[in-house]
Amino acid sequence: MSFAAVEPSQALEFRVRGRVQGVGFRPAVWRMARELGLAGEVLNDGEGVLLRVKGDPSRIAALLRRIERDPPPLAHVDGIERRYYSGHLPLDFRIAESIGGPACTQVTPDAALCGACAAELRNPDERRYRYPFTNCTHCGPRLSIVTAIPYDRATTTMAPFELCAACEAEYRNPIDRRFHAEAVACPSCGPTASVVALGQAEAPRAGGADAVEIAARRIARGEIIAVKGLGGYHLACDATNAETVARLRGLKRRDAKPFALMARDLAVIRRYCAIDAVEERALTSVEAPIVLLRAKGPEHLPEAVAPGLATLGFMLPTTPLHLLLIDQFEHPLVMTSGNISDEPAVIDDGEALAEIAAFALTHDRDIANRVDDSVVRVMAARSRVLRRARGYAPAPLRLPSGFEMAPDLLAMGGELKATFCLVKDGQAILSQHQGDLENAATLDDYKKNLALFRSLFDHAPTAIVVDRHPEYLSSKLGRAETDTRALPLIDVQHHHAHVAACFAENGRPLHAPPALGIVLDGLGFGDDGAIWGGEFLLANYLGYERLARLKPVAMPGGAQAVREPWRNLYAHLKAAGDFDATPSTFGDWRALEGKPLATIDGMIARGLNSPLASSCGRLFDAVAAALGVCADRQAYEGEAGARLEALAAAAPNEMRGYALRISEPALIDVDPAPMWRAIRDDLRQGVSAQTIARRFHLGLAQSITEVAVRLAAARRFETVALSGGCFQNRLLFESVYDGLCEAGFTVLTHADAPANDGGLSLGQAAVGAAHLMR
Amino acid sequence: LAHGGGGKAMKDLIDDVFVAAFDNPMLAPLDDSARMDLLDLAQYGDRLALTTDSFVVDPLVFPGGDIGKLAVCGTVNDLAVGGALPLYLSCAVIIEEGVSIDFLRQIARSMAATAQEAGVKIVTGDTKVVNKGACDQMFITTTGVGVVAAGVELGAHRARLGDALLVNGLLGDHGAAILGARGDMALQSPIESDCAPLQGLIASLLNAAPNTRFMRDPTRGGVATVLNEIAEAAQVAIEIDEAVTPLRDEVRGFCEILGLDPLYLANEGKIVAIVPSDEAEQALEAMRAHPLGRQAAIIGSVVAGEPGRVTMRTIFGGRRIVDMLVGEQLPRIC
Ligand SMILES: [Fe+3]
Ligand SMILES: [Mg+2]
Ligand SMILES: [Zn+2]
Ligand SMILES: [Zn+2]
Repeated sequence: MSFAAVEPSQALEFRVRGRVQGVGFRPAVWRMARELGLAGEVLNDGEGVLLRVKGDPSRIAALLRRIERDPPPLAHVDGIERRYYSGHLPLDFRIAESIGGPACTQVTPDAALCGACAAELRNPDERRYRYPFTNCTHCGPRLSIVTAIPYDRATTTMAPFELCAACEAEYRNPIDRRFHAEAVACPSCGPTASVVALGQAEAPRAGGADAVEIAARRIARGEIIAVKGLGGYHLACDATNAETVARLRGLKRRDAKPFALMARDLAVIRRYCAIDAVEERALTSVEAPIVLLRAKGPEHLPEAVAPGLATLGFMLPTTPLHLLLIDQFEHPLVMTSGNISDEPAVIDDGEALAEIAAFALTHDRDIANRVDDSVVRVMAARSRVLRRARGYAPAPLRLPSGFEMAPDLLAMGGELKATFCLVKDGQAILSQHQGDLENAATLDDYKKNLALFRSLFDHAPTAIVVDRHPEYLSSKLGRAETDTRALPLIDVQHHHAHVAACFAENGRPLHAPPALGIVLDGLGFGDDGAIWGGEFLLANYLGYERLARLKPVAMPGGAQAVREPWRNLYAHLKAAGDFDATPSTFGDWRALEGKPLATIDGMIARGLNSPLASSCGRLFDAVAAALGVCADRQAYEGEAGARLEALAAAAPNEMRGYALRISEPALIDVDPAPMWRAIRDDLRQGVSAQTIARRFHLGLAQSITEVAVRLAAARRFETVALSGGCFQNRLLFESVYDGLCEAGFTVLTHADAPANDGGLSLGQAAVGAAHLMR
Repeated sequence: LAHGGGGKAMKDLIDDVFVAAFDNPMLAPLDDSARMDLLDLAQYGDRLALTTDSFVVDPLVFPGGDIGKLAVCGTVNDLAVGGALPLYLSCAVIIEEGVSIDFLRQIARSMAATAQEAGVKIVTGDTKVVNKGACDQMFITTTGVGVVAAGVELGAHRARLGDALLVNGLLGDHGAAILGARGDMALQSPIESDCAPLQGLIASLLNAAPNTRFMRDPTRGGVATVLNEIAEAAQVAIEIDEAVTPLRDEVRGFCEILGLDPLYLANEGKIVAIVPSDEAEQALEAMRAHPLGRQAAIIGSVVAGEPGRVTMRTIFGGRRIVDMLVGEQLPRIC
């Protein structure tokens, strides 16, 4: 941004928009202005921040440069507008009273402990030395402690803690790092940590700074400890202790899903993982997510931490409590969400975890809202959010140009990995990850968060957008809402929403011409009543044309075929033809031995709970089963695909992929039949599973690129958008991405919103808004 | 059978099949009406109950029953769950041309036998033969008349927090039997339908638990659908417990192969009863003492929670939403 020279005598007013309230923005501007010797004032108002200055134009330009380049850690400047100012200004620089009553500060995401607070924590001369609830305007809890608006201390779970004089002084001092830090606390006035025994009537309790050490000693002895974190409980144990990790698996009733890890610093992580520069930035960002890293280091963790995978999910300590705890360990801790099986993480008193952990490291500040740990993965040199929660939500995403006047609306999201999305003032406010709505506690949470977001953002939808799937609980909820509130309902096809989400987060304008969306996904309800999931849609925000798809194959048993990959193998072999799955050929397909194939034949023949699906996820399942990976059952959604990727990652770099057949008609079918014959031949020749897995990934990616090239020749698009859950697979993603880039396409990908169903509500919101503005 | 071809002679022949099978003194000539004595009816209670249902099933004969037995049980059970003593049925049959007289005899005998077991008389009826393709072999409509005893008041709205939820036995047998009988499902041993008339079981239940709130027969849509209807009508939350929900191993295994949730499978010899908690044990004992209730169980209760919501506590300790399905069981997983 450049501002033309103006007369030095003329005062200027700058309107700063973006995330500039409640993040220490005004004190930062105050310091910068003072250093530059400028006079004027900075204040909050209903729209953001107003900066009024007078002085040497080059110094004013320098101030603006510094604001843009070096804002406080949690601030984000979206835009600055300039005008002349003729009002009175002080002779020095001041932080002025907010206009329009108390600042209507927006709720921002929870932020990981900042460097300044971490330094205080470790400095014996500081009054917050070793205090587990240290925070300031640059860090600390936000969304997880808010209960209502306006966002100030009284409407958070910090309300019961009355500020001491010292904290009060910091809170009131405009130039202090804790100026209006709503969660400010110290040992004499703030929350207290304690260790409590779970599941006992008279729970023994140990408080104070000792608590963390007691918990650490227990963890070191091989115990599992529940730890009350920012947005929910964790279960913590020594990640290097194979016996404890196995016990945690048993108690948590989680067979195979990888456990998240926490390490003191990057050096510890590097002992187990390779970290590149982008991954390092992600790990140390204020969002401090779990980052999926390649498990390539001099040391190894027990297999039970992430069974069958070639990645480990690491995060750095996110709260002072975590830091004090992990500081005592030279090695990583498992830091998995505090829940049993598929329940949402516990946020109340931890008693629900008594079966798993005998003790909890807890505290007396309530968690108002569950906010799970976020997960990112670096692919094609960009950090990409796979689960968007702590650190990211509820930061708004700006909708592309053309959506400025979008009416307020509410998009309900999907069913698994559900999120919802509010549209307000041209922005999309995506909720934190909610989870699987079929779980009653998760559905309750979803509803609670919906009510919270509506109140936090003062939101009254004029329409509700849902997925077209008739059985999604989010769709049913949305339909019920439109009935009771007499609002219009817009239903959006699942994969159209995926494509629109990718368009929206990449700023593709409302009236841009159609581009090709390639959605490689699990399952979504298709417009022909079949199930879709491997789609090539020439789309804009308003609609789409289905140009190609993976060839539809039966899913014998419906949802059961998702849980049991061998079913997809069998259905795929049958669809590919000339595969007699008779006992004599079971040698090729061991996964089918002993399976009730005659019954499956009957089901497919009668169309009994055997819907046709053009799903890429199911193709992954089928190939995994062919290699004996999770053939009988997958323990969690996407396990077979994740393990197949891990196999492929261990293969030598090989150039040739299996060919898929691309048909010619109006609607192109991508048919894996030739691939199945090639896999059979490779199996017979004893080719390794790693190589087969890699050839599958590469062949699929090549075919996808080829389809895009063919379609572009006929339909003249230059842009391709990639979405769908299968693009969480790094090898597939990078192979497709590179192929399309080489073919000359502009490729849009997900980074801020998940490619999986966590991003669905954003796409629904964009499609819904486009329809309402038509 | 030929449509129209036989004229009056054929019509008489068909009617005779049913008249002969149903044989009872009150049976009216088939195109006339049955007459019932009001004083006679009044000895059973103070309100008449009337219900009607049409029965369509593929295949017509299945393990454990056939369309005839189904048509009698369905209507008898609809009367009985409403608290009525079932007394009389009518029977209207639509027959596709080409169905054999022998087969008609078989179905008529089955209806007669079931009616006898249910203590009801089939007192009037009608038959029609239609062109090939105009119906699928055979449709039967039965209408039932029963009498509700004085003081019996059943209604979903009477459900209260803490009430117990009972079923009289293994769930999903009928739905599984029908699916198994359709096409070549290569089953080891056939699963039999639970099709049975429940008036006797219900009478002893009401006797043991006079404050029973409500009953419903979980036919099409299964227990899951009925529970949702109850929760919705009563504006209460219901929770059932997977660990104690009675299922036959064969049905469990069959559902696992098919990928279907047995809670949504049809039953034709089951009731779901809501009973105040202090009568639950008596109700359970009374059911278990009856041949059609040996595997009765208390599967859940009316709980505090969102009105209209049905949940199941899973064997893993979680709580799963058991929702009313809009259509068929479709995978929701992405
Ligand atoms: Fe999806
Ligand atoms: Mg009925
Ligand atoms: Zn800080
Ligand atoms: Zn203090």
